[in-house]
Amino acid sequence: MSEHIVSKKTYYTIFFALLVGTALTVAAAFVNLHNFNIVVALLIAAVKATLVILFFMHIKYSTRLTKLWVAVGFIWLFIMLSITLTDYLSRAWLVYKP
Amino acid sequence: MSLIAVDPIEMGAPQVDGEPLSYLNDGHGLRSWLLTKDHKRIAILYLITVSTFFVIGGIFALLVRINLLSPNGVFDADTYNRLFTAHGIVMVFFFLVPAVPAILGNFLLPIMIGAKDLAFPKINLLSWYMYMLGATFGLIAIIAGGVDTGWTFYTPYSTSYSNSNVLLAGIGIFIVGFSSILTGLNFIVTTHTMRAPGMTWFRLPLFVWGQYATALVIMLATPVLAITVSLMALERIAHVGIFDPAMGGDPVLFQHMFWFYSHPAVYIMVLPAMGVVSELIANMSRKNVFGYKFVAMSSLAIAVFGFLVWGHHLFVSTQSVYLGLIFSFLSYAVAIPSAIKVFNWTATLYKGSISYDTPMLYGLGFIGLFLIGGMTGLYVAALGIDVHVTDTYFVIAHFHYVMVGGSLMGFLGGMHLWWGKMTGRQYPEYWARAAMVIQFVGFNLTFFPQFILGYLGMPRRYAAYPPEFQVLHVLSTAGASILGIGMLITIVYFIWSLKNGKRAPANPWGASGLEWRTSSPPPTENFYETPIVTWEAYEFAPIESMQVLGYPGDSSRSTQPVPKEHGTED
Ligand SMILES: [Cu+2]
Repeated sequence: MSEHIVSKKTYYTIFFALLVGTALTVAAAFVNLHNFNIVVALLIAAVKATLVILFFMHIKYSTRLTKLWVAVGFIWLFIMLSITLTDYLSRAWLVYKP
Repeated sequence: MSLIAVDPIEMGAPQVDGEPLSYLNDGHGLRSWLLTKDHKRIAILYLITVSTFFVIGGIFALLVRINLLSPNGVFDADTYNRLFTAHGIVMVFFFLVPAVPAILGNFLLPIMIGAKDLAFPKINLLSWYMYMLGATFGLIAIIAGGVDTGWTFYTPYSTSYSNSNVLLAGIGIFIVGFSSILTGLNFIVTTHTMRAPGMTWFRLPLFVWGQYATALVIMLATPVLAITVSLMALERIAHVGIFDPAMGGDPVLFQHMFWFYSHPAVYIMVLPAMGVVSELIANMSRKNVFGYKFVAMSSLAIAVFGFLVWGHHLFVSTQSVYLGLIFSFLSYAVAIPSAIKVFNWTATLYKGSISYDTPMLYGLGFIGLFLIGGMTGLYVAALGIDVHVTDTYFVIAHFHYVMVGGSLMGFLGGMHLWWGKMTGRQYPEYWARAAMVIQFVGFNLTFFPQFILGYLGMPRRYAAYPPEFQVLHVLSTAGASILGIGMLITIVYFIWSLKNGKRAPANPWGASGLEWRTSSPPPTENFYETPIVTWEAYEFAPIESMQVLGYPGDSSRSTQPVPKEHGTED
């Protein structure tokens, strides 16, 4: 488990990128894209989260086992969301005939 | 594979007041305990606090049972709501979840893999302080008037209507969740990186496999609890419509998220106890666990498949019937790895040199009671029957057979097996056997009538009931008193043995495993020299060699005919 030294320059670049992302989110909120406002906001947020995980949390420089663990976390989140949404999708299929 | 006699003085351990230096006398005073980074001392801190919460939760249980003695109840309905909620919250979040991992796991996991400590000792201490902080919030919530939502906090009642201390309890649970995440993280990293030379994955004791699988579940499930509680707080404080239909939310969403944590949480409570039972059965029948790899892998299978069944709590909550079908099927599937364990433990007993000392009694008790708890789980996982028994005492009886009959039996069995290792003193065997039998009888008398009550239609969480149910309720309360007395005996002789118990030898059971190859209690660094593992898990020496090692054992064992090459006859 050797420590990888990340240069200050990288940290500042990522920090700047996160600030740009925040500015973009605020700006996008003022443009009316109807249903796509939320999609754009979530996309920007996902990119920002990825940057934080890769660089600030050092996952980019970690072992494959650590990367696997991060992936598993997201797969589990996906399981929860997708199965829960399946409920909302199929809830109305059954029609009761009195 | 021979058992090594460990005389700490001979191994060069320094002496303190005529006793060998151990983790217990390596540093004195409150400060040396509260700032310790020793995993063994942290386990003792957990033992003291978690047991205290067990007693508090037990008192609430007795108050609930007292109320149900008469059809009209003793307390008013509102007080009763707060009593069973306090029982549930304390027992689930402050006792069952931390019990086996934080006490036995903390103490034993590093020793069993031949390490000096966990990978992150400071984080380990932090996890105890997080537990204390969260538990304090929980206690304040209860003392300040309690919570009336039940331990499940179903919305929209908990967010929009209840005027009890939901937020305080929620904060407590949120913080305690992080305490268990820290423990889980520590266990995973330690098991991956700190195994002694020669300690391969398939030489790990099954206890370690159980803790590892539990840590997986803790890491993947507990964050969802934090999210759910946070959303609940958000709706309660800021009135953001997430769960309350009046504000555009969906109450079933809460149930999805809550049970995505809380069903796997059942496995956080029972998987580590299953690890303990593997140790109890193997060591007390002096045989390798039948199908070691299957038992190890079934822990992982339970951990993974346990995540795909949460919807069986939502069969009558307007969940899609089609999704219900899938959840029902998957819930049945989880029974397979659980059954593998039960069958393999039973097969392990076959032709073993079975001892009926207390740890084995708890091990056998676990198998029997968990069998009933697990099989009735199939009843409630069936779509049709569940409509009949949802929210009745049938469900209460089912999960108490799993939680008390399973987790608690495993925890107590482990406490007896390793009590000498942890404290350096043996508990009194006669009293321990008596207490176990009393607990077993009391437990069944408490909860078996509840299966019948539930099937007849007695709903859970009701303060009053029709008079025809009274006989069964009185039986149940009588059983709870007997169970309480059994617990009291155990607590008393454990405390008594700290001063008056016989000194524990390094290996009182002639058991296998690295923890028995160091002194009782172990030195601060666990071993006098780093062990090199050249043997498989559960290789037992012939019984004769135990006498050579000064095994103090009971005479019943030494007079038995001793098989020549033990454990190799098949
Ligand atoms: Cu469940």
